[in-house]
Formats: sequence, structure tokens, C-alpha cells
Amino acid sequence: MKVIRHSFDGVIVGAGGAGLRAAIEAAPHMKLAVITKLYPTRSHTGAAQGGMSAALANVEEDNWNWHAFDTVKGSDYLADQPAVDILCKEAIDSVVELEHWGLPFSRLENGKIAQRRFGGHTVKEGEAPAFRACYAADRTGHMILQTLYQKCVSMGVTFFDEFQVLDIKIDDGVCKGVIAYEVATGDIHIFEARAVTFATGGFGKIYKVSSNAHSLTGDGPGILYQKGIPLEDMEFYQFHPTGIYRLGILLSEAARGEGGILRNKDGERFMERYAPSIKDLAPRDMVSRAIATEISQGNGAGPNNDFVYLDLTHLGAETIKQKLPDITDFVRTYVKIEPIDEPIPVQPTAHYAMGGIPTDVDARVLSDANGTVLPGVYSAGESACVSVHGANRLGTNSLLDIVVFGKRAGQSMVDYVSSTKPMTLSDNAAEDLSNKIDKLMNKDHSLEYSVPRIREELQNSMEENAKIFRTEDSLEKQTEILADLRDRYQNVTISDKGKVFNTELLEAIELEYLLDMSDTTVASALHRKESRGAHSRVDHVERDDVNWLKHSFAFKNGDSVKLDYKDVELGNYEPKERKY
Amino acid sequence: MDVKVNILRYNPETDRKGHWEEYILEADPDERILDLLHKVKWFDDGSLAFRRSCAHGVCGSDAMLVNGENMLACQVLVKEVSTPIKIEPIRGLPVIKDLVVNMDSFFDSYKKVMPFLVNDDEPGERERLQSPEDRDRFEDTTKCILCAACTTSCPVFWTADTYVGPAAIVNAHRFVFDSRDNASKQRLEILKGVDGAFRCRTAFNCTTACPRGIQVTKAIEDVKRETLTIN
Ligand SMILES: Cc1cc2nc3c(=O)[nH]c(=O)nc-3n(C[C@H](O)[C@H](O)[C@H](O)COP(=O)(O)OP(=O)(O)OC[C@H]3O[C@@H](n4cnc5c(N)ncnc54)[C@H](O)[C@@H]3O)c2cc1C
Ligand code: SF4
Ligand code: FES
Repeated sequence: MKVIRHSFDGVIVGAGGAGLRAAIEAAPHMKLAVITKLYPTRSHTGAAQGGMSAALANVEEDNWNWHAFDTVKGSDYLADQPAVDILCKEAIDSVVELEHWGLPFSRLENGKIAQRRFGGHTVKEGEAPAFRACYAADRTGHMILQTLYQKCVSMGVTFFDEFQVLDIKIDDGVCKGVIAYEVATGDIHIFEARAVTFATGGFGKIYKVSSNAHSLTGDGPGILYQKGIPLEDMEFYQFHPTGIYRLGILLSEAARGEGGILRNKDGERFMERYAPSIKDLAPRDMVSRAIATEISQGNGAGPNNDFVYLDLTHLGAETIKQKLPDITDFVRTYVKIEPIDEPIPVQPTAHYAMGGIPTDVDARVLSDANGTVLPGVYSAGESACVSVHGANRLGTNSLLDIVVFGKRAGQSMVDYVSSTKPMTLSDNAAEDLSNKIDKLMNKDHSLEYSVPRIREELQNSMEENAKIFRTEDSLEKQTEILADLRDRYQNVTISDKGKVFNTELLEAIELEYLLDMSDTTVASALHRKESRGAHSRVDHVERDDVNWLKHSFAFKNGDSVKLDYKDVELGNYEPKERKY
Repeated sequence: MDVKVNILRYNPETDRKGHWEEYILEADPDERILDLLHKVKWFDDGSLAFRRSCAHGVCGSDAMLVNGENMLACQVLVKEVSTPIKIEPIRGLPVIKDLVVNMDSFFDSYKKVMPFLVNDDEPGERERLQSPEDRDRFEDTTKCILCAACTTSCPVFWTADTYVGPAAIVNAHRFVFDSRDNASKQRLEILKGVDGAFRCRTAFNCTTACPRGIQVTKAIEDVKRETLTIN
């Protein structure tokens, strides 16, 4: 195996919104490389549809405190309130900055950025739905990704496209660089870098029905977890209410923001029963639970009673064409129905990881529940847990998170690099990785231990046992299944033994991250004996602020998971019952 | 139902040139072409190489030739194409392995047209204003996902790979017609050159190929016309 060396001050792993925003901040001040397993414009930020919230008050009175209130309430009081304040306050400048860099937001008649309604966002602490989400039709994420990449191109940022990072080097608690695999050649690259940011996105591929890309396998969290860094709040995984039936392709909440209505098999607008004041625009955890409840009570539509309808037929062709062109095209392409005339079959789809790599508000990675900083390592975007989303993220707050905390990660890299000296990595730094690859290359292939088999069983069982509603029994059963899959993974085999574009090899390595993400999700969920946000325990239905107003930290402990906890940082808003 | 799929395979480590392989797959008519490729890769031959990520037509990874036409494998259903289904890499770019081509020259062309907003005026503390009508002028070309389906379906590009190609012109259009941008002149100078917009012979292949429904040929015509306004 050929090993090639590079020396940088800083490396950013991932070129989605978070990684690119960090790069724009850091690149002028250091020798920087962005390493990405996909071409930057293929990142899943480009799939984001509905919008990005900021209290611009372009349509009606608004202020960032109301945005913060909604975010905290939406999080079921698990978000750290000082971090939420930063998110909502810096939102305004972040949107304006993106506009200055060219982002083609949709506009109001007066030329200002247009804003629309979105789930859980209200004015005056719950009075009525707020027009807060800035958008570019229903392709806001595409525009953010394009704009940030364009800015990077104009700055001449150095990219290593289709290079997959597979290892980080931390010696004596200090970061020294990363090891990457060049997809086109199979060469191994050692990147010396004393500041490393992980912005690798989410891990929705632990579930079968998901809105996430094939590439979202939790690489950043997985790499760090295997080095002993904990993962925070993994039991909180968001299911978006409206995925296209069976396919999981997302139909943005913007559809309901523009007036779309959910209906059961009888055509009833069932959200009126679950959230009388804001109905279809209740936060995602509540709407997904409502759908799951309707389905379990036999009110689902179709021959198996296993979906509900998203009804857009009353919105009119013009609104649909102007404001929801992409998602209605998805329906035409994949379901072959016309959303102007017919309601769309939908079901909840695995969507967003509230949990991930623990960081402080400066994107510095924490190595324990006491807030100990791991020098030189940063994370931002969906791979990180600050925590601004707590137990349930509000729609539009992730696109915000990636730019606000992406920028902060870049700034922290600059501070660290300017106050430290270059690190050196020895030539054998790539040895662990080479051994891992050799092992996969040298083993004879057997179908029983193939990646797709193990992965399929993983996704099916997570879907079955650790989805919206959980019980002690379902989680214990899943713990056993995961232990068995982990055993089989020890013998995983691949058939492609080549060097060029060997994506089977990479899928095998990614599968280990998926197992890590599943283990930590299930262990954290099993221990949390309450229901909060996206984590619903049928056997512990109440929220328990006395015992559980705290973040979970899941550590790798051999092949099992060890848990620790950290208190939530409160602020202006005392936990209250969450009603909408 | 059983579906017959023929894939043009090429592995640089073992093959001197490409060859067709036939696969008979059990498939549902509602499945995507991408699902068929996954079936081959996951349950038959793990060495099959292709790019993909989002699986619903928004990331631009999986442009390929299906029955002779450029499309995204994730955007077309089995029932929409005739069988046997013939799948080949997009044309005009060097093949790395199977359905994966080297995209370097494609992205180099994109970078040549200054694909970023240029405006050094002090923007102020709030957003620049833009009317919905001004915003509409470049709406169509903002949709581009850089999948290369247009450029690699262009007969001019096949014979003259120095031609910047439709995708680069689309991305230039996105800024040339943006009321906030101040560098149209420089961009149009580039596109006036020998490898620029006037190479286009309006074959319309690009417009047919574009999975985002962008009026690519029209965008090229708009840009050509606009170059006449500078001197
Ligand atoms: C369909 C959909 C719609 C959404 N709509 C909205 C919305 O309207 N509003 C909102 O706020 N949020 C929305 N979200 C959520 C939001 O889009 C994501 O959370 C956010 O874009 C994640 O950005 P990111 O930069 O963290 O990661 P990503 O954009 O996923 O980027 C990850 C990057 O990491 C790279 N990478 C991963 N692993 C490696 C590795 N091992 N080595 C090198 N590179 C690696 C990838 O190449 C990629 O560049 C939506 C999500 C989905 C799925
Ligand atoms: S214009 Fe259309 S076909 Fe061409 S690269 Fe862009 S999205 Fe692809
Ligand atoms: S896989 Fe993203 S466009 Fe097809």
C-alpha cells in the first residue's frame, strides 16, 4: 500500500454546510485542507428543503428571544440554554452574511428575504405560528451548499475530494492529524494537522426508512468513539413525520407551513386532537407520535393501514409551483401521483441525529461529562451535539446550526493554531489503518458475513425495536441483536480486492460506525427511564425532570457501552409542561 | 418480475478495455435504476463501482447512460425504461472504473467561469434588496446540481473537450443575470472566447438530459446574447 504524506496546520473532515463554513473562517489564517468523501456539492446539506430560521422580522414582529424560547421548548428543555441563545442571536447575522455571499433567497415584494412558517416556531412564546424560516423555494439547503462552496472556490480553499478519513491520531491527549484513504487509487494519506474539525453529518442509515443519504454513516462520531471519546444524547433521534411512504424521501415541513394538512384514512385532520392550538405545525416528535398512534389504532390508510395522507390539494397550483416545486416533483417522480389533485401517502422517516460528538459552544470536543476539552479536535453540524436541539430539534434550526457553529469551529481552529506549534506524525502513523484494510483484503469472501447482509439486519431491527416508541423489552431485545451483529461483524468479508474505487471496502468500514451509532443509541435509550422529546418510552410515559434533566454520555467499554451524565445548563426558561 | 440488465464493466486493474456483463435481477417496477445497481453490488458482484449518495435526484452523483440517454440512476424507475436495460458511464470523460468517470476537467471548466458572486460594494448590516422579478431572472439556473449530464451529452464536448460545456455556462448564467453581481463583464469575456458559449450548436441534448429540468440551451442562448452587449 502506497503511503503519501501531507502537512497542514488544520484539516476539516467534511464539506457539507458545517465543514465549508468552518473552512471559510479558517482558510485565510492557516495552511488548511478540507477532506471529503464526496464531492462537496454532493453533501447532504444540499438535500435540505424548507428553510433556515432567523428572527429577521421581515414579515411580522419577531425577536431572537422568541426563537430561543421555541427552541428550548421544542427541545423538551434538554437543550443547553446559553448555547441556544448564541444560536438564535447569531442567526440573524448568519442569514445576512449568506445573502451577501450570494445566496438567492426567495424575496418579498419589498425585496427583503421571504420568510415562512415552520413547526414549533411561534411569536410571543406560543401565541401563533411565526413567519421565521428564511427560504429559497424548497431547496434552501441546496442554495446554502452551493453558496458556501462558491465562496470557497473564490477563496481558493484546498480540497481533497473523494478522500475518506478513516482514523485520527491523538497522542497523549493531543491531536496530531488524520489518516485518509483515496477512493480513486486506494492510496493511504497521512495528514499532519494539529487542528482537526469533524463535520461529517448524520447517521440516518442506522434505520431502514430514512431521509438520509447512503453516505450518512456516522464516520466522525464513529472514529472518535472508537478512540474513547463519548457520544452525547444518542437516544434522541428525530423521525420526520412526512417521508414518502416506504421510500422515506422527505417532504419538507414547509408543505405544512404553507398550509398542508395531515389526514387519516377517514380524511380526519387528526392533529386537531393532539395539538389543538398549532395542529399540523406542532414539533416533529409530537406529529410523528401522533401518526404512529393513528396507525396503531387502525386509522392508517391503505391495505395495511400503515400510512397517513399529506393533503396539499387545497393550496392551489400556483403556491405549489412557486413554493414547493421540488418536493411535489419527488411525488410525481417516485409515487406517480399529482399532489395538486391527490393527497400523498406519508409515514415518519428517520431524519436527524440530535446526539453526536459532545462540544462546547466553541465547537471544542469534550472528552468526558465534566467538560474536559480534547485539545485540537472540533466538531460542528449534525455530527456534533452542542446541545442546541436537546431532545427534539425544531425544523430550520439545523441549517442554522451548521453555519453558526461551523463558523465557531473555524474560529477555534484559528485560535488554537496561532497559539501552538506544528506536530509531526511518524511514518508508521498509518499502520493501524493499513492493518485493518489488509485484514479485509486477505479474508476469503463469504455471503453470510457480507456487508449488505449485516447492514440490512441492522437497519430492519433498529426500525423494529428502537424507533418512535420504545420499551424496556424492545430495547433489550435490540441489545442482544446488536451483540450478535457485532460478533458477525468481526468476520465481515468483502469480494472486491482491488485498489481502484473499492467502495465495498469503504462500506465495510462504515458498517462498523453504524454498529457504534446503534449501540450507543440503544444503550442510552434503555437507561433513560422517562419520555422526553423524540425519546418515547411506552413503559415510562412521563418526563422526569427530577432525575433526567441531564445529557447522556455514552463511552465505548470493550464491546459494550458505559454511560455517564451531565446536568443540562438552564437559563431564562424553567422546564414546563409542553403543550401546543 | 425478472429484469435483464446489461452493464458496461471496466476494471483498470484487470481489463484492457470495457466489456458488457449481463445480470438477471428480480425487481419491482417501481424500483429505481439505482436500486438495480445496488442489487448487483450487494448481492452479486461487490466490485461494481458507481457513485451515489442522496438517492432522490438532488446530489448529482449518479448521472449515467441508460439505454443511450443521460439520466440520474436514482431518478428513473424500472417501469419507465425498456428492457434489457443498458447502463454505461457518461461519455467524454475518462473512465476510472465501471460507471465512475474522472470529473476533474468538468469541475475545472466550472471554476473557469468565476462561479461566485462578485460585489465589493459595502453591503450594509442587512440583506441587499432584490425584487422577486430580478430574483426570477436567474431562478432556473440556480437549480444546477453539477451532475454533468448536460455536458457529457453534448456532441461538441465529445469532439472538443476544451469547450467549457453547458454546465459551466449554466453556472455563469446564474451570476450574469443576478442583479447583485458586478462581474458579468469578466465572465462574458471568458465565455466569448474560443472555448466559450459560441461553440454551442444548439443540439438541445443538454436540455433533454438535465434532470433538474433546467432550460440549458435557452440559458446558453441568453448568455450568447448578453456577450453582444459588452465590448
Ligand atoms: C432531506 C432533508 C431535508 C432537510 N431539511 C432541512 C431544513 O429545511 N432545514 C434545516 O434546518 N435542516 C434540514 N435538514 C437537516 C440538515 O440539512 C442537516 O442536518 C445538515 O445539512 C447537516 O449538515 P452537515 O454539514 O453537518 O453535514 P452534511 O451536509 O451531511 O455533510 C457531511 C460531509 O461530511 C463528509 N464526510 C462524511 N464522512 C466522511 C469521512 N469519513 N471522510 C471525509 N469526509 C466525510 C461528506 O462527504 C460530506 O461532505 C434536512 C435534512 C434532510 C436529510
Ligand atoms: S445543468 Fe442540469 S444536467 Fe447540467 S450539470 Fe446542471 S443539473 Fe446537471
Ligand atoms: S444519488 Fe444523488 S442524484 Fe442520484
